[in-house]
Amino acid sequence: MPTTVQLPFSEEKARAVRAGEVLALSGVLYTARDAAHKRLVQALQAGERLPIQLEDQTIYYCGPTPAPPGRVIGAAGPTTSSRMDPYAPTLYAAGVRATIGKGERSRQVRLACKQYGCLYLVAVGGAGALLGDRVVEAEAVAYHDLGPEAIHRLRVEQMPVIVAYDTYGGSVFPGEEAI
Amino acid sequence: MRELDVSTVVEPVAQACIQANRELPAEMVAALRQALECESSELGRWVLRTLLENAQLARDKQLPMCQDTGAVVVFAEVGQDLHLVGGDLYEAIDRGVSDGYRRGYLRKSIVADPLAHEPNTGDNTPAIVHVRLVPGEGLKLHVMAKGGGSENMSALWMLTPAAGAEGVVDAVVERIRQARGRPCPPLVLGIGIGGTFEKAALLAKEALLRPLGQPHPDEQVAQLEAAILRAVNATGIGPLGLGGDTTALAVHVLTHPCHIASLPVALNVQCHAARHVTIEL
Repeated sequence: MPTTVQLPFSEEKARAVRAGEVLALSGVLYTARDAAHKRLVQALQAGERLPIQLEDQTIYYCGPTPAPPGRVIGAAGPTTSSRMDPYAPTLYAAGVRATIGKGERSRQVRLACKQYGCLYLVAVGGAGALLGDRVVEAEAVAYHDLGPEAIHRLRVEQMPVIVAYDTYGGSVFPGEEAI
Repeated sequence: MRELDVSTVVEPVAQACIQANRELPAEMVAALRQALECESSELGRWVLRTLLENAQLARDKQLPMCQDTGAVVVFAEVGQDLHLVGGDLYEAIDRGVSDGYRRGYLRKSIVADPLAHEPNTGDNTPAIVHVRLVPGEGLKLHVMAKGGGSENMSALWMLTPAAGAEGVVDAVVERIRQARGRPCPPLVLGIGIGGTFEKAALLAKEALLRPLGQPHPDEQVAQLEAAILRAVNATGIGPLGLGGDTTALAVHVLTHPCHIASLPVALNVQCHAARHVTIEL
């Protein structure tokens, strides 16, 4: 049975789970892909005010399909996380508590998870219809000009994910020793 | 000589794009079920069950199975006795793609300038179209919606002829090891061996059109397919890269004669969302 987690995370909640554990997330998270990450990190480096509060939030690497009539979102599965690796440590340091994507990531990301008490979660790549079905509210909240890559606030119910990197340096991926 | 107005392809292409994205082929569902029975990793089984549930949900609720609804690749078999009238076949295919991606609420994933990586063309065109002349008066279009994450893990090698079958197995396995969870395993691997640089790549993609569960008719090639599948699954990468026995569901090889100095080998990586529909007009 998956462990139910009510979002947002806190450091305490993040420290309570281990790599390999299946979670069911309910609550609010934010989508962001390559272009939105570039802007967020540029804004942070320039000391500008961010369009969303990052503290304890969860970022989902996702560019959904358009919402068909009568639905809040279309297919909404994860995209490859490693493309966001150059930005992730900065965002963890700025307060982000968890990220969700697919695939292995750099050593720097694993070290950042350990250093800041953060998580990297994996959603099932290719399960876009199922993951989209767990989204009950969706609203573009920043960088609207980026279209599907704009930052969306999603409310999810029972979204299935696996803890890939935990706050203790553990990894679910075979061949990645704990650091 | 048979005449066919190119505008007749528009609606079937639109429907093919929508159908391919919503309905996982039956033989892929069967392959996932079989993998679920053989998979020893608990997390691996969880991933496979989730993918099966996803395929059912996509079909029932008429949703795309994956948010990456792909670039459209069309293999067109054009009869040499067929007279196409009423305009440009490529434009007609693009009109169908544009209609399908709009009406099906599919994601538009094509950028006009590959280096600037913008602007989005807005309707998922242009399609990548490969035309082959064949005897007769028919027109057959194999329409694929090819995802980007798996495409990115594809590769091409110009091996030395001495490398032989063993060299092919080693190159493919090494590439899949590097890719790990990124192309969304379980995978289907299309492999082109022989021909020239570009021929091998085309063969690799064409090999993905073959329905799962049909080995190559040549026994030696079929044995090579089985050997590659065993070696790839022995890596233990498993579903989503989380460990397990199911890294690939199938390996499809196509071969072609080649130059005495060459052994071109191309690998086209396909995730489980092997989306293709064939239209005959």
